[in-house]
This record gives sequence, structure tokens and C-alpha cells, in this order.
Amino acid sequence: MEKSSVSTLLKMEGVTKRFPGVIANDRVDLELHNGEVLALLGENGAGKSTLMNILAGLYRPDEGFITIRGEKVSIHSPQDSMHLGIGMIHQEFMLVQTMTVAENIVLGLQDLPLIPPMAEIKRKIIELSDRYSLKVDPDRFIYELSVGEQQRVEILKLVYRGAEVLILDEPTAVLTPQESRDLNGIIKTMLSEGKSAIFITHKMDEVLSFSHRVQVLRQGKTVAACKTEGTTPQELANMMVGREILFKIKKAPYRPGEPKLILDGVTVEDPTGRPVLKDISLTIYEGEILGIAGVAGNGQTELTEVITGLQKAVSGRITLDSQDMTNKQPLHLIKAGMSHIPADRGAMGIVGDMSVADNLVMKRYRSEPIASRHGVMHATKIFGFAKKMISFFKIATPKPETLVKFLSGGNIQKTILAREIDSCGGVLIAVYPSRGLDVGATESVRNNIVAQRDKKAAVLLVSEELDELLSVADKIGVMFEGELMGIVDAATTNKEELGMMMAGMRGGNA
Amino acid sequence: MRIVLEKREARSKTVTVLVPIISFVVSLMLGSIVLGLSGANPLSTYGFMFKGAFGTWIDFTETLVKAIPLLLTGLGVALAFKLRFWNIGAEGQFIWGAIGTSWVMVFWNFLPLPLLLPIGLVMGMVAGAMWAGIPAILKANWGVDETLTTLMLNYVAILFAEYLYYGPWRDPDGFGFPGTKRFPQEGWLPRFAGRAHYGLFLALAIAILLWFLLSKTRWGFEIKMIGKNQKAARCLGVSIEKSIVVTLLISGALAGLAGATEVAGISHRLQKGIDMGYGYTAIIIAWMAQLNPLACILVSILMAGLLVGGDQLQMMVGLPSSMGLVIQGLLLFPLLAGSVFTEYRLKIVRKVEA
Ligand SMILES: Nc1ncnc2c1ncn2[C@@H]1O[C@H](COP(=O)(O)OP(=O)(O)OP(=O)(O)O)[C@@H](O)[C@H]1O
Ligand SMILES: [Mg+2]
Repeated sequence: MEKSSVSTLLKMEGVTKRFPGVIANDRVDLELHNGEVLALLGENGAGKSTLMNILAGLYRPDEGFITIRGEKVSIHSPQDSMHLGIGMIHQEFMLVQTMTVAENIVLGLQDLPLIPPMAEIKRKIIELSDRYSLKVDPDRFIYELSVGEQQRVEILKLVYRGAEVLILDEPTAVLTPQESRDLNGIIKTMLSEGKSAIFITHKMDEVLSFSHRVQVLRQGKTVAACKTEGTTPQELANMMVGREILFKIKKAPYRPGEPKLILDGVTVEDPTGRPVLKDISLTIYEGEILGIAGVAGNGQTELTEVITGLQKAVSGRITLDSQDMTNKQPLHLIKAGMSHIPADRGAMGIVGDMSVADNLVMKRYRSEPIASRHGVMHATKIFGFAKKMISFFKIATPKPETLVKFLSGGNIQKTILAREIDSCGGVLIAVYPSRGLDVGATESVRNNIVAQRDKKAAVLLVSEELDELLSVADKIGVMFEGELMGIVDAATTNKEELGMMMAGMRGGNA
Repeated sequence: MRIVLEKREARSKTVTVLVPIISFVVSLMLGSIVLGLSGANPLSTYGFMFKGAFGTWIDFTETLVKAIPLLLTGLGVALAFKLRFWNIGAEGQFIWGAIGTSWVMVFWNFLPLPLLLPIGLVMGMVAGAMWAGIPAILKANWGVDETLTTLMLNYVAILFAEYLYYGPWRDPDGFGFPGTKRFPQEGWLPRFAGRAHYGLFLALAIAILLWFLLSKTRWGFEIKMIGKNQKAARCLGVSIEKSIVVTLLISGALAGLAGATEVAGISHRLQKGIDMGYGYTAIIIAWMAQLNPLACILVSILMAGLLVGGDQLQMMVGLPSSMGLVIQGLLLFPLLAGSVFTEYRLKIVRKVEA
């Protein structure tokens, strides 16, 4: 049956998938060859995840069919998909937090004996993780792992099941640049073993470095499919959005005002008493964006959570507008004008089982005009407000009443951004705000953040993308192992200097 | 060929309504097996039960008598469940409600008689709230698992009530009967038909009020947020600890009110047999009503009918009256299993080419 190296492995023909109020996929054809990486591009809500979920057995197409090696197949469940050698890593990870790595990897395997031979399973996991350099301890619990490590577990899960076709839905959105490069290496190893991959991303440089071919979706339809070689990021971006993308930010000159948010010697410990944030002192002025760079897991989460009242400082002082805010409740900080775009959007940013409209008012439901003084909420006011926000922030949703969990990943992120930017009253804490957004939305989010700064807000912007920090921030602080390595001027610094500080060297005015 | 579960794209509204109805039918079918095994004709037995509960006006008033405490405890449980606080202690809170009311009725002789009833009922609510407040505070401050604490506190409440009516509160002129003195007549909750008392209208009004509060107010909005994503709620400034305590105090007050109306409207004293199990049936009611306060009204009348109908069986067919309870118990299984279908659907697959 083996043919030449360019034989078609998997084919989707005329695939259509409708959801209440939207056509997510509209007669899409897709072809994957043996041993290649296909990049699947498109704006937020274009239908990429839906198309891949059909291959993974989560959704059934309304029309169209799928063939694998020339044979027609029907995929009814993730198990079917697995038996056909297809494995998918979803945009939102699907790991059981309270189980170990090894347990997660074998979870759902059908031929597993009643009492699984854990020792043997672990041996196999370690063997596989050596082969693909996916370093992870099979005995750790998932909740103990960083997102990068969790993703390695997801990949291990797939190779353990012998997947031949890997589907990766925005795998690098949550990864550090180094982890992304590692992932690229892992994929290359797999290709050399004859596996193939479909790769969804919004990052153009990754498209160029990872993939052999690209396919672009717009509003559920295929608008282009071509060889990666010979395209440019600009071309791809224009194809996705259907208009010119400028990759440029409108920014007024830097004119900081009074000191707004001040941290003085703030230290945070994890539950075991280990310091995870060490003696941090920094000041953010009105009308200033302080960027925070650093490899994920070096204290950025703790920094933003101690500011937003979600974690307790064991020592030090936080003041906002010269008022003491150390260890105050989140509500207190919200009332003082603080907005927070959290890193973990699914868990902390939204309530998936409530509507888009409800999620949009979650910062405004406490006061008029959304709620009366007596606490009665006005459905029509909520609805009207939501409609305005949806159109202003270009959130793609069938209706304001649609449950947020049914939106595409990028549109979930836009819902959070819309709510937090709208309600921002002077301080904005933004963690990876452009994660998972398409190029057009990324551009508009960055402009929105800059607009807050131009309106005299103090902004803390945590990002893993140095380009983003360099173009958006006024100053950049670098974190390493819970410490601030220094703060430098965004206008005069460069990637080399930041890179050195990210590796633990002190710099700037520390 | 095999059958697979396929995830639905959206939670189905129709199924949400159908599941409780189908569950009820399935439990009747399961019940008919039990009936058949004990030698009765299931159809005619169910006929008897229905007639017993709804056949005549007097029978129906008896059904209403039971529906009152069921509705109030059901509302209390549903409210707590909305927060994902698994309060299975409505039974204990009910008993404390009865104790609180009895205390006022029997021992607060200094009260002007017209105040006896209102103050008695309020005291019942306070006592129920207190009993629910203990596990709520334990959970909010130290994360103590509420299923265990609420359940155990039920036994404490039952035993304490027993201690009271066998011991210090026993009526000295009662010829040893385990119960307190009868309440002064001015403290009784008036009846409007048969034994059905005005507690019914109180309960109905509370159901409607609760529906309004949950669906239209900030408080309800926050309960929804916490119940559906506690972490996000916290991030958005909702105080989880405060909400748990406040909501559970109300939940307990409702169960307490059930106990209060039961003693003030029906038994007119705290006596042996106060632990009727309404607080447990309330759990089934809350699930079957899908935590919707308005649906609780219908469901509690249905459940009350099952209890009353079961009682009639004993007299008319000679079957044990607990048959109603058996069917109630059987309800929970298809109900829990059925909720799977709000998220998934069954699909028959012929063959998979691999
Ligand atoms: N389960 C669902 N129920 C209803 N609508 C859905 C569901 N899943 C997706 N949709 C809709 O289908 C469309 C396509 O969504 P999809 O998740 O495939 O987009 P995407 O291309 O992956 O976007 P992103 O880049 O933001 O992740 C969106 O409009 C979304 O709202
Ligand atoms: Mg997606």
C-alpha cells in the first residue's frame, strides 16, 4: 500500500459544520500528505478548531466525508479517531488536574487491564520522553506542572497511543519562545519517523519555520492553500483578514505623571513556605506601561496575583494612589479602579457556562445602570451594553445570549479584554493579553492597551514576546527566579540585553 | 454495531425538561417490578396511589400538607446546591426549626399571645439557619467538606430533639407520651381546608420570591458565578466565603421554617416522629426541579402525592406504606443517569473502518 513520499494521507472533502446561528465550516476541503506539516491559519472564529475537532471525533460533520489512505472513514468518538492514528492537542488542555502524569497518559485507553501495570507504563513513558526529549516526571501531579510541562504530557499522551497524525491547536500560544523552539524540534523528530502534523497558529514566523504547506480559512471557507515556501508573513496576514494589516501601534509620546502603583519589598511564598516572589520593588506612573519580560514560571503570575489581591504578600507594601493596598480583597482593588486580564483565561477570566452578555457585565453588575440601587439587574440594560461591547471589540458570537464556552478561543479572550479594558479605572494588569488572538485582533488589543496609557492609566503588561514588549511598553522589567533583575528603558534596550537579564544577569537600574 | 455517547454542541433545553419527566416514568417502571415481585398488580396499585393522593379534595389537602415542608426544604436545598454546596443537612435544619418554634411556643409565656406565632416561626428560621451556619463557616474558613458535616449534624439534631421530648421538655401531664406540652391555640398556624394550613401560601410566596432573587438580582448573579466557576468569581471580586455563609443561612432558614410550620400547623407540639425524612426527600426534589424554585412547587406536590398515595396503599391493598418511599428512592437513579443526556446524546454506530 505504501506509495511515494508525497502520497495523500488524509483528506477532508466538502466538510460542513453548522452550529446554532453560525456555519463554522462551509464545504471545506483539506489534504494532508505523508510526512508533512500543514499550517492551518485564519482569524479568530474562522473555524479552525471546529474542523480539527471533527477529525478528533468530538464533532460530526453535517456534510462531507473524510478519507484516510484512500479509504472512507467515519469518526464517531475520540476513540475512533485514536484507532485511526489521529491525535489532537486541544486549545484548552484536557488533563485531569488531580491525577499524575502517568495516570493521565493511560486514561481512556480501552485495552487497559483493570489494574494497570504502572511500573511498565512508567518505563514506557520515560523511554518515549527520552526519545523525543519531552522531559517530564511520570509521578508528578498535573496541577504541579507549568503549562509548558502540561503540554509535553499532552504530546506524550499522543505518542503513547501511537498517533500518526498529530493535530496541534495553537500549541505555542502558551509557550515561551524557548519552549516553542523545543516543540519545533520535537515535531521535526516525529516527521523524520514518518508522522505528519496539522498545526494551528496565529504566529507568522512559526508558520514559516514549522510548516511545508499552509491553508487559510476565513468565515468557515477555504480562501487559500499553498506551499509555505514563497509566501511572506504580510501576505498570509492579508489573506486571513481580507484587508491590509499594519503591524503598527499608534502611541503618544511618553509623558509619565504621578506615581500610581508602588510595590515596596514585596515577597510572596508558596504554600510550602518557599519564596516565589522575592523582595520586589517597582513603581508604575500614570500614563506608563511597564512591561514584564521573563521566561514563564519566574514569578510573573505571583507578581500579578499579589497586586490583584489573589495572593498574600508575607512582607512588603503595595500602595495605589498612596493608599495602602497590601493584601486587600480583590473587590477592594476593583473598586479602586484595577482591571485584570488573567493568564489562565478559562479558569479565571470567564464563567464558561454563562452567556457572553453576562460575562461582559461581570465588572459592572454591581452598580447602575446595569443594576438598580436595590440590586435588581436590568436584562435590557445588560443586553444593550453587551451589544455595544460586542460590536466595538469585534467579538464574533451568534448572539449575546450564547454561552461563552461555545465561542472560539480568540473570541473568549476578546470577551475578557473587552470587559477589563472597558472597566479600567486607572490600573490595568494585563497578562499575555494577545495570547491566542489573530493578527488583526492582536493589533487592536495593543492599541487598546496603549489607549489606556494615553488616558493616564498605569499599565503592567506581562508578555513572553519581546517584540510586543519593545513596541508597546515604555519600560521593561525582567524577572528571573522570583526576582526583578532590573528595569530598562524600552526605547533604548534591545533583545540581547533583555535576553541576558532573562537568563539571570542584573541590568538597568535594579 | 455499538452504541456511543456523543457530546452535544449545546446543552439541550428540551432534554433538561424531559429528563425529570422520563426519570419519573422510569422509576415508576422500576417500581412496578418491585410491586410485581411482592405479588401486586402494578397498574392498579398505581391507580390506588394516584386516587389516594389526588382522588378527592380531602385526599388532596393531605397531599398539600406534606407538600408544604417538602417545598420549603426543597427550596433550601436547591439554593445551596446552586452554589455547589452539597447541603444534605436539611433534615437536621428542619428539626432545629421545629425545636426553635417549640421553645417559643412552650416556654415564652411572657409573650403577648398574638405575637406567639410570628415570633415562633422566626425563631424556627433562626434555629435552622444556625444549624446550616455551622457547616458553612467550617467550609468557608477551613474548607471542611460539607457533605460530611451536614450529614452528621442531622443525627445530632435528631438525637437532641429526642433528648428534649423524652427529657426536660416532656409534658408532665402527658402520661409519659414523648412530646412537649401542646402549644397555646393562639400560636397555631391557621388551616384553610382539612389539615392544610396557611404555611402553603407562605411557601409558595417564598418560591416565587426566591426565583426572582436568583434570576434577577445581583445576589443571584453572584451565586451563579460561584456555582459555575468559583475561581473566576473570586478573581472578579466576589467574596466566596461571605456568599457561602449568607446563602447557607438562608438555606437553613428555609428548612427551619419547614420544621416551624410543621409543628405550628400540624402537630402543635414537638413530639416523637418529627424526623419524617422531608429533608432527604428535599434532595430529590431539588434535583428533579433542576434547582429551579418554580419547578420545585410542582415537584414537591408530586412527591407529596407519592407519600400520601403510599400511605393509602397500606389501608387499601395491604402493601407496606413505604412503597411510596421506594419509588422516591428509585427516582434518583434515572435522574442522575439522565442528566448525562443534557450534555451527550446516544448514537448507534454500525461499523468503523479502521
Ligand atoms: N460548540 C459550539 N457551539 C456553538 N458554536 C460553536 C461551537 N464551537 C464553535 N462554535 C462557533 O463556530 C465558529 C468557529 O469556531 P472555532 O472554534 O472553530 O474558531 P477558530 O478558528 O478555532 O478560532 P480561534 O482562533 O479563536 O481559536 C465560531 O463562531 C464559534 O462561535
Ligand atoms: Mg480555535
